Amino acid sequence: MTSSSLPSEHRLTGTVSAGVASLSGDFSVWTLARAKQLIGDARQIDLAGLTRFDTAAALLLLSLQDQGVTLQGLAPTHERLLEAVRKSVPTPDPAKPVLRGLRALLDNTGRRVVRALRFLTELAEYLGRFLAALARSIRHPSEFPLIPLVHHCQETGLRAVPIVALMSFLIGVVLAFQGAVQLHEFGAEVFVVDLISISIIRELGVLLTAIIVAGRTASALTASIGSMKMREEIDAMRTLGIDPDMRLVLPRILALLITLPILTVIANAAGLLGGAIMSWVELGISPSMFRYRMIAETDVDNVIAGLSKAPVFALIIGVIGCHAGMKVGKDAESLGAQTSTAVVNAIFLVIIADALFSIFFAEVGI
Amino acid sequence: MSENVVEVRGLVTRFGSHTVHDGLDLDLKRGEILGVVGGSGTGKSVLLRTIVGLLKPAAGQVRVLGQDIETLSPPAREALERRWGVMFQDGALFSALNVRENVEAPLRAVPDLGPEQRRALAELKVSMAGLPWNANDKMPSDLSGGMRKRAGLARALALDPEILFLDEPTAGLDPIGADAFDRLIVELRDALDLSVFLVTHDLDTLHACCDRIAVLAERKVLATGTMADMLKIDHPWVHEYFHGPRARAALTTGRSKESPDGNQG
Ligand SMILES: Nc1ncnc2c1ncn2[C@@H]1O[C@H](COP(=O)(O)OP(=O)(O)OP(=O)(O)O)[C@@H](O)[C@H]1O
Ligand SMILES: [Mg+2]
Repeated sequence: MTSSSLPSEHRLTGTVSAGVASLSGDFSVWTLARAKQLIGDARQIDLAGLTRFDTAAALLLLSLQDQGVTLQGLAPTHERLLEAVRKSVPTPDPAKPVLRGLRALLDNTGRRVVRALRFLTELAEYLGRFLAALARSIRHPSEFPLIPLVHHCQETGLRAVPIVALMSFLIGVVLAFQGAVQLHEFGAEVFVVDLISISIIRELGVLLTAIIVAGRTASALTASIGSMKMREEIDAMRTLGIDPDMRLVLPRILALLITLPILTVIANAAGLLGGAIMSWVELGISPSMFRYRMIAETDVDNVIAGLSKAPVFALIIGVIGCHAGMKVGKDAESLGAQTSTAVVNAIFLVIIADALFSIFFAEVGI
Repeated sequence: MSENVVEVRGLVTRFGSHTVHDGLDLDLKRGEILGVVGGSGTGKSVLLRTIVGLLKPAAGQVRVLGQDIETLSPPAREALERRWGVMFQDGALFSALNVRENVEAPLRAVPDLGPEQRRALAELKVSMAGLPWNANDKMPSDLSGGMRKRAGLARALALDPEILFLDEPTAGLDPIGADAFDRLIVELRDALDLSVFLVTHDLDTLHACCDRIAVLAERKVLATGTMADMLKIDHPWVHEYFHGPRARAALTTGRSKESPDGNQG
C-alpha cells in the first residue's frame, strides 16, 4: 500500500505524564513514526499495554536505551525479542577512507586506464588463444572442428547475405543520388562513377559489412558462449578434457575470417549495382558507360585496400565477441550487459581500425 | 496454545487431468514448526504455493490466520500477505538488487519509514539471518547457495511475519551449514514468535527442529504427528522413509531437538 493511511489494525495510542510515555496497541514497523512522535523526549517508557511488538520497534527501543531512556513493563516474550535483536544488531565494517578532489580524480583515471589496458591485453590473449588453436588444428587435422565451422559459416555468413546486400545496394543508390546533385553543379556528372566505385570498394562496402556483422555476430557469439559459461558448461568441457578454445573459439572466429571477405565482395557488388542503376535512371549514364569508366578509373589497388581490411575486422569482431562471452558471470544480468558491451566495443574498434588503415594507406601511398 | 494459523480443508489441486492433491487436510498451529515431507513430486511445493495464494485450488478451503485468501478484497489480501513470509527453494532474490535492497523491497510498502530506518532494519534482518556485514552490498549472483538462502530468509523476515513458509531450506547445503540453518530457524521461531511451515527432505532437519511432521503421500496428508509417532506408522512408504538407513543414521547421531543457545552472529 502506498497511501499513508495505515490499515486500521495498526493502531498505537499513548500518553505522556511526568516524563513517562505509556504506549499501548500495535508497536511495529507500521507505527514507528507515530511511536517516535508519542515518545517525544520522555525519559521513561511504559510498554505494558502492547499487543504487538516487532523487530523494528525493538531496534528503535535499543537506540533509545543507548540515549539513556529506561523501559518498563515489557512482557517476557517482548523482552526476549528485544534481547534477540540486541544480540544481532550488526556492527558495520570499518568504512574505507573516501578520497576527494584531485586524488579521487587521479584514482579514478588510474583505474580506468588500467582497466582499458587490461581489456586490451585480454583481447590480445584471446587472439593468441585463437592462433594457438589454429596452429594446433593444423598440426593435428583430426581435431579440427569442421562441422561447427560449417555451421558458423552458415550463421554468420549465409544468413547475413540478404541484409548486407540490401543495405549496400541502398548505400550505392544514396551515393549516386547525392553525388549527382553535387556534381551536376559543375557539369561533371560522369565523375559520379568514380565517386561510387572508389568509395564503395575502398571504404563503405567493407566498413558497413563489418558494422552489420558486428551487430549480428558479436552479440550472437557473446550470447552463445556466455550462456554456456553461465551454466558452467565451459567448466564441464575443461574437466572432460575438451578444449573450449578448439571447440568454441576456433570455429567461430575462423567462420568470421572466411565469411567477412566474402560478404564484403557481395556488398561491393550490390553497392555498385545500386549506384549503376541510380546513375542510369538519374543521370542517364548507361551501364556500359558505367562499366567502362569504372574499369578505366578505378585502380585495382582500391580493391586490395578494401578487401585487406576484412580479415582484420573479422578478427576484431570475433575476438571481442568470444572474450565478452567468456566474461559472463553466473547471472542473466551479466549476459545482457556483456552482449551489449560486446557490440559497442566491436563497432568502436572496427571504426578505429578503419581510421588506422586510412592513415597507413595514405602513408604508403596505396 | 493450539490456535491454528493455517487450516487446509478438503483441498483439491489439479493441473489439467493430473490431480496433485485430493481432499487434503492440514493444520499449522501457532508457534510450532511443522515439517512437511513426501516423495519428489507429491506436491509439497504445490501445497505451499496454494496456501500462500499463488495457485488456485480446484476445490476445498484454505484459511490462513482465520481468513480465506480467495474471498478477500485486494487491499485486505495485501495486508494478509504481509503477515507471512515465504522463502523459495533457491532464495528467489531479485537479481538486479543487492542483498540489502532485496530485504528493503518489502519494507518499502511501509509508509512513513525513512530510508535510514529502512536501511538499518534491512541490515538487522540480514544479520539475524546469519549473514556477515559485508554481504549487504553483494549481488545475489555473487553469493553461495547457502548465503542466497539466508538472504531469502532475511527478505522473508523483513516485515516480521507471523508465519514463515520455507521450501527446502537446507537442500544443497553442507551438513554444517544445514545444521546452522536448522538452529537459526528454531532460534528465530523462539525470538520472533513465528509459526513455521517447512518443506524438507532432510531427515536431520526434521529431527532438529520440527515439532510436528506431516507426511504427504497418495494425494493427501497420510499422517501427522511427532517424530516418535512417525516411527510407529507402518504404511510402507512412511516406514521406508523413517526407517531407511539414512533415517537410522539421522536418529542415532541425533542432533538434539533442544537448540543449544547459539551465539549466532
Ligand atoms: N505449473 C505446473 N503445471 C503442471 N504440473 C505441475 C506444475 N507444478 C507442479 N506440477 C506437478 O505437480 C506435482 C507436484 O509438484 P511439486 O513441485 O509440488 O513436487 P514436490 O513435492 O515439491 O517435489 P520435490 O520434492 O521434487 O520438490 C508434480 O507431478 C508436478 O509435475
Ligand atoms: Mg518442491
